Amino acid sequence: MRRSTLGRVWPGATAVVLFLAFVFPVYWMFSTAFKANKDIVSEDPVWFPTSPTFEHFQRAVQADGFWTLVRNSFTVTLVAVALSLVIALLASFAVARMRFKGRKSFILVMMMAQMAPWEVMALAYYIIVRDAEMLNSLVPLIAIYTVMVLPFTVLTLRGYVAAVPKELEESAMVDGCTRAQAFIKVIFPLLAPGLMATSLFGFITVWNEFPYVLILNKDASAQTLPVWLTGFRTAFGDDWGATMAASSLFAVPILILFVILQRKAVGGLTSGAVKG
Amino acid sequence: MSAQIEEATAGGPASRTGKGTAPPPPRRGPGRLAQGTPYLLILPAAAVTVLLLGWTLLKNGLLSFQNLGPRQLIQHLTEWTGTDNYAEQLGSSEFWGVTGRSVVFTLANVVLIMALGCFIGLLLARLGTALRLLLSLGLVLAWAMPVVAATTVFQWLFDQRFGVVNYVLDALGWHSMAGYSWTSGQFSTFFVITVLIVWQSVPFVAINLYAATTTIPKELYEAASLDGAGSWKQFTSVTFPFLKPFFLATTFLEVIWIFKSFTQVFAINEGGPDRLTETLPVYAFQEGFGSQHFGMGAAVSILTIVILLALTAYYLRLVLKQEEDEL
Repeated sequence: MRRSTLGRVWPGATAVVLFLAFVFPVYWMFSTAFKANKDIVSEDPVWFPTSPTFEHFQRAVQADGFWTLVRNSFTVTLVAVALSLVIALLASFAVARMRFKGRKSFILVMMMAQMAPWEVMALAYYIIVRDAEMLNSLVPLIAIYTVMVLPFTVLTLRGYVAAVPKELEESAMVDGCTRAQAFIKVIFPLLAPGLMATSLFGFITVWNEFPYVLILNKDASAQTLPVWLTGFRTAFGDDWGATMAASSLFAVPILILFVILQRKAVGGLTSGAVKG
Repeated sequence: MSAQIEEATAGGPASRTGKGTAPPPPRRGPGRLAQGTPYLLILPAAAVTVLLLGWTLLKNGLLSFQNLGPRQLIQHLTEWTGTDNYAEQLGSSEFWGVTGRSVVFTLANVVLIMALGCFIGLLLARLGTALRLLLSLGLVLAWAMPVVAATTVFQWLFDQRFGVVNYVLDALGWHSMAGYSWTSGQFSTFFVITVLIVWQSVPFVAINLYAATTTIPKELYEAASLDGAGSWKQFTSVTFPFLKPFFLATTFLEVIWIFKSFTQVFAINEGGPDRLTETLPVYAFQEGFGSQHFGMGAAVSILTIVILLALTAYYLRLVLKQEEDEL
């Protein structure tokens, strides 16, 4: 009997401990961001902010060029994700619904491209962009980010397109639609969840991207939030309150999107990344 | 939360493609225009990939055979040096030191992630609904945390003076850890980076592994227990074989992701102290940008790609073969 009680208790206890371990860093980020300075730099940590303050957020937001960085980050992310979705939608439709010579090679290229070690190629891209005299511009960033998330987007969307029953499309065509009309009227609405899930991961990748901005855009007016955030600590001394407020502001859009879209997104990720 | 996951892991929208397209379309009389349609549709994707990925890769290769310092860069000179850059790197003990370090770092992280991820995944399968949702929520939050934000948070957690980690270690009786500087030593810096990476990577493995276990047919367990298999025997004869392909794929994906990770390693301590925590991607960056020796950096990055390919060759062959069969 004793064994079964133990057997029932330990998974639950372990689960609670693990939950705390995984949540704590996130909790600590937000709680530090709201704590008064004397509670942050105290010999004994203050576990719960008792007198929450917005002062750190104000300082982070008032930092030089903050709104430019926010605008840059959103521009780069939204444009790159939108471009890759449009390009990928066309390709995934061809790959999922049509037979043609070279289809297999195209998929294989996309699979290889998905694993491309972008991090180590930043240097070569820097030289290319420099030779084109386009450093400190958002355009080369958008271009490279679009290609970065494209393979994943194509491979994931082809699954969603293939999952739409062919009969729906065919019956629309019997009813007199052209193939393009059938696509827009029948398949596209059914693809909406797939598109959202796919774009979430594109969004996260681009929003987080660090090495390329770091290398290409030395000019503060053309940087994005990740570069600013990694330099924030140095710029503000050891102002942990402001640093955590800045991190919170950076994390919130992703956390919200992720929690909303997680269910579908996980499915999308598995199908794209882990082929059963 | 599992409906989508189950479906995806069971075969996944992607792997259904095979079935969806297997028979040649019965449509009759495709005109010349229709025959060209698929090529028009894939053209943009193929073009941008070749243009940006292909060209960058090619440029990387070309640069690695050049001597490109600040002078050549400013005057737009192209100085070919043959295989000098490679000879210098392959002959330097520093390069091999960094390579060894990167491999050990990658393996340590992957082993920890897979062990912990599988443990948590199997734990999720055993929990009741309420606790499962709770643990999943924690995992999802850690997973969703943007890398850059997570990096600054971990710097704060491990801060020398006011970091909560040092406080807790001190309070638990390990008094020498009060005021311990994590970023001053090679091992301790790697320790922080590893905790960060493991914390961020485990949720992907755990949640997907859990999703995969939900697709194991219950009949298999019933049959096994009729045959008198205990819970360990059930694990080795049913659970593990069923999850093996998933396990393999995830392990290699993690190898790829961690071997090429730049942001965490760079942002925690910029490869310091004394360049002792540089892994290959950071080393390539420092050789190229830090020392303004772009040709050399390019050679290191090509070598990094080659090593990565070697590490994952087995998996890549498997994936390509599987795709060949499936398409």
